[in-house]
Amino acid sequence: MTLKPTAPSAGYRRRLAAAPALLAALVLTAACSNSSGGSGGGGGAAQSLTGDCAKYQPYAGHSGATVTMFASILSPESDSLEKSWAEFSRCTGIKISYEGSNDFESQLPVRVAGGNAPDFAVIPQPGLLAQMVKSGKVVKPPAQTVANEDKWSPAWKAYGSVDGTFYAAPMSANMKSLVWYSPKTFKAAGYETPKTWADLMALSDRIAKAGGAKPWCGGIASGTATGWPATDWLEEVVLGTYGGEVYDQWVGHQVKFSDEKITTAMRTVADWMLNPAWVNGGYGDVKSIATTTFQDAGAPILTGKCAMLQQASFYEAMWPKGTKVGPDGDVFAFRLPAVNPSVANPVEGGGEFLTAFSGRPEVQAVQNYLSSSDWASSRVRTATGWVSANQGVDKSLYTDPIDQLSAAALTDPGATFRFDASDMMPAAVGSGQEWKSLTAWFAEGQSIQKTAADIDAAWPK
Amino acid sequence: MNDRRAVRRTFSSPLASAFVIAVTVLWTVPTLGLLVTSLRPKEAVTTDGWWNALLHPDFGLGNYHSVLFEGGSGVSTGLMPFLVNSLAISIPATLFPLVLAAMAAYALAWVRFRGSDTVFFTVFALQVVPLQMALIPLLRLFSSGAHLGSLTLIPAVDLKGSYAPVWLAHTMFAMPLAVFLLHNFIAQLPRDLMEAAVVDGASHFRVFRSIVLPLSAPALASFAIFQFLWVWNDLLVALTFAGGTPDVAPMTVRLAQQSGSLGQRWELLTAGAFLSIIVPLIVFFSLQRYFVRGLLAGSVKG
Repeated sequence: MTLKPTAPSAGYRRRLAAAPALLAALVLTAACSNSSGGSGGGGGAAQSLTGDCAKYQPYAGHSGATVTMFASILSPESDSLEKSWAEFSRCTGIKISYEGSNDFESQLPVRVAGGNAPDFAVIPQPGLLAQMVKSGKVVKPPAQTVANEDKWSPAWKAYGSVDGTFYAAPMSANMKSLVWYSPKTFKAAGYETPKTWADLMALSDRIAKAGGAKPWCGGIASGTATGWPATDWLEEVVLGTYGGEVYDQWVGHQVKFSDEKITTAMRTVADWMLNPAWVNGGYGDVKSIATTTFQDAGAPILTGKCAMLQQASFYEAMWPKGTKVGPDGDVFAFRLPAVNPSVANPVEGGGEFLTAFSGRPEVQAVQNYLSSSDWASSRVRTATGWVSANQGVDKSLYTDPIDQLSAAALTDPGATFRFDASDMMPAAVGSGQEWKSLTAWFAEGQSIQKTAADIDAAWPK
Repeated sequence: MNDRRAVRRTFSSPLASAFVIAVTVLWTVPTLGLLVTSLRPKEAVTTDGWWNALLHPDFGLGNYHSVLFEGGSGVSTGLMPFLVNSLAISIPATLFPLVLAAMAAYALAWVRFRGSDTVFFTVFALQVVPLQMALIPLLRLFSSGAHLGSLTLIPAVDLKGSYAPVWLAHTMFAMPLAVFLLHNFIAQLPRDLMEAAVVDGASHFRVFRSIVLPLSAPALASFAIFQFLWVWNDLLVALTFAGGTPDVAPMTVRLAQQSGSLGQRWELLTAGAFLSIIVPLIVFFSLQRYFVRGLLAGSVKG
């Protein structure tokens, strides 16, 4: 058979060749016109709100409008978010269409570059915020949002700014400098929660020598993000040993990973979480840290096989149902003490920043509301496990002991607060090479020199 | 003829049967694990492996209940709306490329016009363009149109929040393979049939509809299965083009969100995943008799 059979007749060809194409066009046109919905128009005169709704008067006048929000927060946490602004939506008539994705970090740049940016993105990494600002699509916040910002400590404003210009108001805050333990076990064995790093090390030694349980457990496995809990351990030690200034220089790569200071900090981590006598309670040797998921890491604390776990405040959600969290419960947490006592109350934390990609009036109304203490209080009331560093939130609203602990630390004016370093470093390092190298450090016993050198080599020039 | 008998003999030998059964069992084990896990309570899932559950069964439908009916408060009332979205995306995104490609393949195979070979090879060559490379340009085309200086080539269409961008994207990405596959099949249809039809006064459209379409049913069905499964399982295109609204997000998007920000509820993922494979299974089983025939479509030129 020939590759190209000859056409049956030349006569039909010209007349009918166009028919399939025409039909195709029809099908597609029908398909498009079928579902061209979209956001309703805003505008309309500002109605006056009464009763319960009166407090939303400043945001009124955009009834029927829809704003879209894209974030990395998923259900069930995102459900509490949506509940927290339900009343606002009902009163003002502004619908907030929320979409959460665990591919947020890779999807947001795609959508922004493709001209399909959401009205809001809730960005957890200051590094990603800076990248978005450089794209020129981020819209500066309205004056009211900037004024609301005064309720936050200056460090937070700095993390929501790029090159000195304020762009994004922080929404939530989480506290990473915590050590989880079992108050029951501690009480039974007569252990005290340590106040200094020396106490903590002495306690670890005592638990290890007592036998039965190992003092520490840990897990850094987390799918494609395996390694991130290890970056937290290093960050805690760097911040607690040298204070904020060196930490900032480290984030900016003026102090390299192979610098004497950072390798010393890595040795401190090695004596702590890579100490074969101290880890990995309930799971095995040091290497098992790399294969244990961070969600499971703390489980042996409940069975008494492990005494302590360094993990953030959000670890509270990982405990099995029915676990009592509190000073006399099954588990609780104490603040990780500073390695160097001269560093005042180091607090490492994270948070999310509300970034606007549109300057429409209804978008600005939502932005104003979400940066206010009113909204933060509403979110705190909705469900536990969420803390705001906003000074305007009444501390008595926090019902959960871990939230109370975190809120006290995050709003403490005397604390040395710093944002998670790996979230601020360039993505190639902070969510790439550093994860990989630290995992190799735990899993393969790779040397500190090689680990540090590998991370430095990956830093974008 | 001899070859065929030899093949048949090889495949019916006990050794080959044992091998095939072994492979089938191996292949099914992960799915079985998924099913078992989806039936177990959360505590059991996180503490030991699913194979232990076979010895100490503790099964319940709790996960399925959570997945189907609880969902998120403001988000939805479970998986149902997303299942509907998935169907609303997959069916048109299968039919559009099927219709367009069948017509294109017929035109390229049987209508002689200048440059038809070039067109065919260009379409064929487009298969090498990775989907990921086209995401941002395509998204930009949808949201801001195409301009040459101040001249507007394609106006911006406001398709935000509708299914249309997802349909269009899937259709575009499917066309090269579809045209290639169907062209080779349609080109092999006996010419005598077409000529007889033309002698009887049939137009191109008539030939296409009455002869080509019925005869290429196996090829069409097998492509439909491929395309449907691809679209149904797709997450990337849906995330990018259905962006911004959960109203048009398919199951895959919802499933990816189900496990929680920190992966603390991944027992729900197994139940959701199991529910999401039901529809592809129905499609596969109802079209499978075409599938084996269709797989060979266009692969060998006689």
